[in-house]
Order: sequence, then C-alpha cells, then structure tokens
Amino acid sequence: MTLNLVLGQALNGLQFGILLFLMAAGLTLVFGIMSFVNLAHGSLYMFGAYFAATVASHSGSFVLAIFSAMVLIFLLGAAIDRAGLSILHRRSHLDQVLATFGLVLFSNELVRVVWGNAPIYMDAPDYLSDAVNIFGLNYPAYRFAIIVAGLLVALGLYLLIERTRIGMLIRAGASNRTMVSALGVNIAWLNRFVFALGAGLAGLAGALVGPILSVEPGMGEPVLILTLVVIVIGGIGSIRGAFFGAIVVGLVDTMGRVFVPIWLRATFDPAMATAIGPALASMLVYLLMAVILAFKPEGLFPVRARG
Amino acid sequence: MKKTFPMIRSASGALLIAALTWGGAASAQFKVGFMATLSGPAAALGQDMYDGFMLGLEHSGGKFGGVDVEVIREDDQLKPDLAVQTVNRFIERDQVDVVAGVTFSNVMMAIAKPLADSNTIFMGTNAGPAPLAGERCAPNFFFVSYQNDQQAEGVGKYATNQGFKNVYLMAPNYQAGKDAVGGFKRYYKGNVVGEVYTRVNQPDYSAEIAQLQAANPDAVYVFYPGGMGINFIKQFRQAGLLGKIPLLSVSSFDGSTLPALKETALGAISGSFWGVDFDNPVNQKFVTAFEAKYGRIPSQYAAQSYDGAMLLNSAIKKIGGQYKDKNALMAALRAAEFDSVRGDFKFNKNGFPIHDMYVFEVAPDAKGRVSHKTLQKTLPAHPDSYVGQCPL
Repeated sequence: MTLNLVLGQALNGLQFGILLFLMAAGLTLVFGIMSFVNLAHGSLYMFGAYFAATVASHSGSFVLAIFSAMVLIFLLGAAIDRAGLSILHRRSHLDQVLATFGLVLFSNELVRVVWGNAPIYMDAPDYLSDAVNIFGLNYPAYRFAIIVAGLLVALGLYLLIERTRIGMLIRAGASNRTMVSALGVNIAWLNRFVFALGAGLAGLAGALVGPILSVEPGMGEPVLILTLVVIVIGGIGSIRGAFFGAIVVGLVDTMGRVFVPIWLRATFDPAMATAIGPALASMLVYLLMAVILAFKPEGLFPVRARG
Repeated sequence: MKKTFPMIRSASGALLIAALTWGGAASAQFKVGFMATLSGPAAALGQDMYDGFMLGLEHSGGKFGGVDVEVIREDDQLKPDLAVQTVNRFIERDQVDVVAGVTFSNVMMAIAKPLADSNTIFMGTNAGPAPLAGERCAPNFFFVSYQNDQQAEGVGKYATNQGFKNVYLMAPNYQAGKDAVGGFKRYYKGNVVGEVYTRVNQPDYSAEIAQLQAANPDAVYVFYPGGMGINFIKQFRQAGLLGKIPLLSVSSFDGSTLPALKETALGAISGSFWGVDFDNPVNQKFVTAFEAKYGRIPSQYAAQSYDGAMLLNSAIKKIGGQYKDKNALMAALRAAEFDSVRGDFKFNKNGFPIHDMYVFEVAPDAKGRVSHKTLQKTLPAHPDSYVGQCPL
C-alpha cells in the first residue's frame, strides 16, 4: 500500500465524483425546484455520449464533439420539456416516475434502432491519450482533463447560481416555489431553463465518458442509480450538496473497491477475503447512504424552508 | 360492427384453411429451432450466431443433405425463464428436429433439462458450461463451439510458454468469470500476484488498474466480455499500460467488440480455437462470403454457428435424408464428417469438441482493418477438462 497507490486512488475517486456531480447537479435542481422526478436523466447522459461519438467520428474534432453534444442535449432537454414533460410537473411523483421510466425504455430502444446493438467507438484525442506525471505518479491524462473540466463547470455553476439574477430565482424556486411565482416570475420559463440546464450537464457528462466507457444502449442506468444516491446524501435541491455528495460517493466507491479487499485479506484468510471483498465494496456506498439518512434525514446540505 | 362480422368470419376461415395446408406441407421439412440472445447489450453476439448459421445453410444449397429446412428464429432476451418457455414450445408445438444456438451459459443451464428429458437433439453454437460437459452430459447434446474453460486453458498455456513469472488476473464476479480464471490457472505454471473479481457490468476500472500497476506483473489476464471489455481496455490504455504490460484475454477483444475498439485494442492477446486469418479453404470461403453478405468481419460466434449448419448438412447427407431416425442422425452427428472452419474437429464422448487452441494478437489485417492475427498454437487436439466426469 504505497503512497502512490493512495494518491492515484484519490484522483480516481475525485474524477468519478466530478462525473457524478455533473449528473447530480441537473437532477437535484430539477427535483428540488420543479419537484419533478426525472428517471430519464440517465437517457440524456446516454444521448450525450452517442451524439459526441457521432460528431467525433464525422468531424474528427474532439472539442467540437463535446460542445455540440452539450448544446444538443440542452436543446433536447428544452424540447422534451416543451413537448410533454411540463404537463407532468403538477402530477404526483408516481406518475412522473412511470412516465419518465417509459421514456428510459423508449430511449434505449431508439438508440438501438438508430445506432445498432453493438457499442460504438469513441476515443480520446491524441494529446490526451497517454499518461501524465503528477508528483511521480503516472495518471491518465484524459481523466485529469475530466477533473479540470468538471471543476471549471462546478465553478461556473456556482457563479451562475450565487451571482446572477437567474441563479437567484433558481435558489428562490428551490426554497419556495409558490412565492416565486406569486412575485411575478414566469415559473414555466424558469422550469424549462432549469430542466434544459440539467439536461445539458448530463449530456456533457455523457460526452466526457465516451472515451473511457463503452458507448452502448442502456449505459445511463447504472450512473442514474449512483446519481440518486448522491442527491439523497447531499440534500435534494442543493448544488453544494450535490458537489460534496458526489465527491464523497466517488471517493468511497473507488477507495472501497481497492482497500476493502486489502484490509480483509490482512484480517481474514485470503479465500474468504476474495469472496466477501467485492460484495462488501459494492455495498459501501449504500451503507454510507443509510448511515447519513439515519442521522441527517434531509441530507448533508438541506435546502431550508422548502415549500 | 355487425356488417363486418361475416367478413371477419370468412377471412379467419380462409386463414385457418391456409394454416392447415401450410402446416401439412411443413411436416416434410427439417425444422430447426434457433434460439439466441438477439436483444439487449449482448445482441451483437446472437446476431452473429444467426447470420453465421444462415450462411452455412445457404452454402449447403438452402437444404441440409437435400432436405428442405425451416429455421424458426427466437430471441431468449438473456432470460432463462423465457428461454425455457421458448424451448418447450419448440419441442411441443413446433416439434422441431433440432434446437440450435444459445448464447449464454446461464440460459443453457436452464434449458438443459427440458432438452435432455425430451431427448431433443441440441446443437450448441456458443455456450458450453462445465456441468454439461461433466456429470450432466447427454447423448443428444452436440456442442460445435467449445467448452467454456478450453480457451482460457489455451491462454494459460501461452503464459507458461512465454515464461511470464508473475501474472495478474481479473474477471467479473460471477460463475463465467471464475471459470475463465480457473481455466487459466489450470495450465499456467507461474505465480499469480493478484486475483481480482470486479462487480458485473462495472463501468469504471480505474481503481483496479492502479492496484494492478502497483503489483507490477509480467502480464495481465482478463475475462471481460462485451461492454466491460471495451471499458477495461480503453482505461488500461489511457493509464499507459497497453504495450507495456502484455494483456492476455478470452472472449473480451473479439469480433463483437473490435468494431467499437478499433486501434484502441491493438496488441491485446486473446485465446480461441478459430481465427479469421486461418488459411484453410473452408474458412477462406466462409470469411469472404460473410464479409460480402453482411459487410463486416465475422466473429468467432459466426464461425462456430456456420460450423453447426455445416455439421447438420453433413450428417443428414450421410444418412440419406432419413432425419426422422433420431438415433441414426445422432450417430452421424457424432461422427462429425464435415470440414470445420477451424481445421481438425472431433467430438469427445460428452459431445464437446477436441480441437486445437491458439492465441491471437489484435492487429491490422491485409486491408488495414483491425482484426486478429494468429500467433501460435498452444494446445493441440485439446479435450475439455470435465470429460472424465461424464458417465456416458
């Protein structure tokens, strides 16, 4: 257990956390402000990856692929909100879950029809395809770029929410939605912007993972589950909560996968450690969620006075 | 509504008559119930199996041994319960002469009992789980593909041949993953420095790869089928390890994943009994025709299913088209007098093949496309490791 291994895992955990944050930021805003449960968030992530892979293979430009995927998913988000999801805002959560789950099935099938069953190809640009040296540790350059890009987005989002008029309305909406609308703000317009913003972030996350993960139908679901864990831990509706929740989940998941088996091997006999280790490691995140919910049912950074 | 009713009645009457007539005609046909996983993330495998089988039928002149053939194609959706229903329908309603295909071992285990109980001839063209080669072997089962462990054993032998002293093993935490690691260890004589089982369908391997790097092995051996393999090798390369530490594998970087990987996988080693570059005339004909017809390089799954169709053709021809004589057909299948795309082929007493194992490197082919290049034959005329437990 060298220092390099710990540092490397910390970076991996951070990188995973950043990706989760991009997903969670959108979901927590939509949930917190519009009180809308959007299970199709993972599908937007999948579409982001597919759009980016398609643009990258046709244009050859990686930067263009990432930006166009983000913009296209932003527009797609606005379009599906306009086309029907906005009707669901006033319905019960169960209706929303049912409708957006239907959207998940539809999206997976649509992707299959358009792009086929087999995973499609997307690779990191040449200048990011190797490893960089950080404090004597070889770390994949592309993952490092994700950390940097994610932190920049987090900073931008912070400025947007804390320093602009739109951000003020979003915060106000998260605290008391009826009051904001009573003060003469066009809540439908605000909702659409928030939904599209969340979609755009999910699209960005999907586009960024294209070179790391397999771009295939149904790739959004595993991420969606962890994203839900993140927003529950962080406190629904809170961007700050989403950020710290995502980093905590990313670190716990990554560190747990490596150090739980090592620790078990030191304590129990190796055969048993090999058997229990992976199972225990994959439960860690959910154990963490259970513990946090037991002590802070509203999450780590609850939004005050939700109405 | 009332007016349309007589029309519906007469129309359905006509349909009924038509169905009866066609049903009568169909009984003179050799019926194949072909079931594979044709939807979901693994659908590419099942599609290759079906395409390979249909190409084999086409190369047999659209008939098996001169007998007309009807292929009923079904998707098992990778659901064992659905697969059992489908197979029962094949046996009872469709009364097929042969059930063929089957992509995944868990599906195979679920349908083994109805097939064995009804003594229906089964032609497996992919999944080859250990219990069916060992204590649960049956005289009506013919696996023209391979026993799951065989390919892993070939790679284990390769690691020994190459003199790798320390090897690091990784697989998903389920039965097939453990079998792939077990098969490797059976023929690998060196030292295992790490044995890591990851979550099934885990997307990110950064933690495990950093751990692997710290262990500094001479080679890494993985079993990551489908999307898992794509995720793993992309991340392995981005960590700067591909090309530095030899990457050995089975069922991971094959015809089903190479189109999504392209140059990313160059240099990876994988073990199998068949390679697209084998230069025997049967294989040349198969590969050329497959590429011309479907516009892609055939995978191992297509090749073994093609063999399945060719074996059926040879067996029915041998018994002069009298396929209703089940015992004669089974004896003819067991004789396996056909030219396999893999070269030498013989059935063992448990219905699994005895064939040569090879390792391949992912490399550009003559047309510059990313494909497999044969490196060496590791285990010649290799039987599976469970045949000793088969009571037949």
